[in-house]
Amino acid sequence: MLALYLRDLRLGIRAGGGALVGILFFLAVVAVIPFGVGPDLNLLARIGPAILWIGALLAGLLGLDRLFQADRDDGALDLMVLNRDRQMLALVVFVKCLAHWTASILPLVVAAPLLGLFMNMSTTGIGATTLTLLFGTPAIAFIGATGAAVAISLPRGGLLVSVLVLPLMIPVLIFGVSASYAAVADPDPFLPPFLLMMALTLFFAVIGPVAAATALRWATD
Amino acid sequence: MRLVAEDLAGERGGETVFSGIGFTLEVGEALVVTGPNGIGKSTLLRTVAGLLPLAAGRLALEGGGDKWSDIASACHYLGHQNAMKTALTVTENLAFWRDFLGEAHLPLADALDMVGLADIGHLPFGYLSTGQRRRIAIARLLVAYRPVWLLDEPTAGLDRASEAQFAELMAAHCEDGGMIVAATHLPLALEKAQQLRMGGA
Repeated sequence: MLALYLRDLRLGIRAGGGALVGILFFLAVVAVIPFGVGPDLNLLARIGPAILWIGALLAGLLGLDRLFQADRDDGALDLMVLNRDRQMLALVVFVKCLAHWTASILPLVVAAPLLGLFMNMSTTGIGATTLTLLFGTPAIAFIGATGAAVAISLPRGGLLVSVLVLPLMIPVLIFGVSASYAAVADPDPFLPPFLLMMALTLFFAVIGPVAAATALRWATD
Repeated sequence: MRLVAEDLAGERGGETVFSGIGFTLEVGEALVVTGPNGIGKSTLLRTVAGLLPLAAGRLALEGGGDKWSDIASACHYLGHQNAMKTALTVTENLAFWRDFLGEAHLPLADALDMVGLADIGHLPFGYLSTGQRRRIAIARLLVAYRPVWLLDEPTAGLDRASEAQFAELMAAHCEDGGMIVAATHLPLALEKAQQLRMGGA
């Protein structure tokens, strides 16, 4: 399993540079918001966490459709399905999600504080948003895996995957953003929405790989 | 250990591709599947591997014990694709499959040597020619051990010398107690190779 993680990580970093594309997209989304909204610094600070979350969410969806398609195209998926007695398929999916998260989504989390400055956010706000992104974004990979597995045989499945996955991401987005707000707006408690978001991530970490593995098992036609 | 197939039928997209196929393979035996294009050789191999559902018939690996309990876990499948990543080096690719598949067999260097490509382990897989890629895919069969080899046109793209080399590898595998089901036009240097001719007469 470690071998699979390292392989996917190498591929993510070496081939095509998915991480860089994601960061550039994230940057583009966040950077145009101040131009659209106008120079109202208070407003920017207020919508900052939401914009960062939406930007990270959309950037995280990029490249998700290739999660299994690349392995299907070169025949590696067949071998993974055949080897399911030794390496459980759901676990294979889980590891692939982790590798995808590390290579493509973690860089977004790292870039988030910098982009938070663009939005005139306070230090606490930036810290809270980054923290919620760190623990909330794995859910993108896990839910996205299900979408990617279902749409695996479609040559242009990218948009379909995004449309399939976005509705499921909304609860994570809601709790992630409300936890980030709660860190700055004083009376609201930070911990309850944060814990709920963590619970969602854990929930999807279990459901997502199992569902994706089921879809992959019958996608070898 | 015995690989038994009785009265197999396979279908793709609801249409029956072949039916009434049966064979029995004992340890050390090989089966060569021949037939015109489109007759269902690849479908048969994928069905035997368990990648496609069985439309009818019975398929079993008998006497494999706990270790080789079913065909999927006891087989190497070499399809039309090589299952290698072009961005990784040859050694990285093979090391991944050895670790992922388990049952490590030959060391990487030896496996590369067996396919005659001992000195290209450091090159990215994408730099290789079609024939070289195929030979690396064949080396994958050697780095992890599986008793049953399911080979779909294994020699596509190979030159004469590599074909002969691969025929030797297949013979050696059968002598070691392996089994081979191959869709190939290459004559196998095996006394016990059975022939299965699909379609036509």
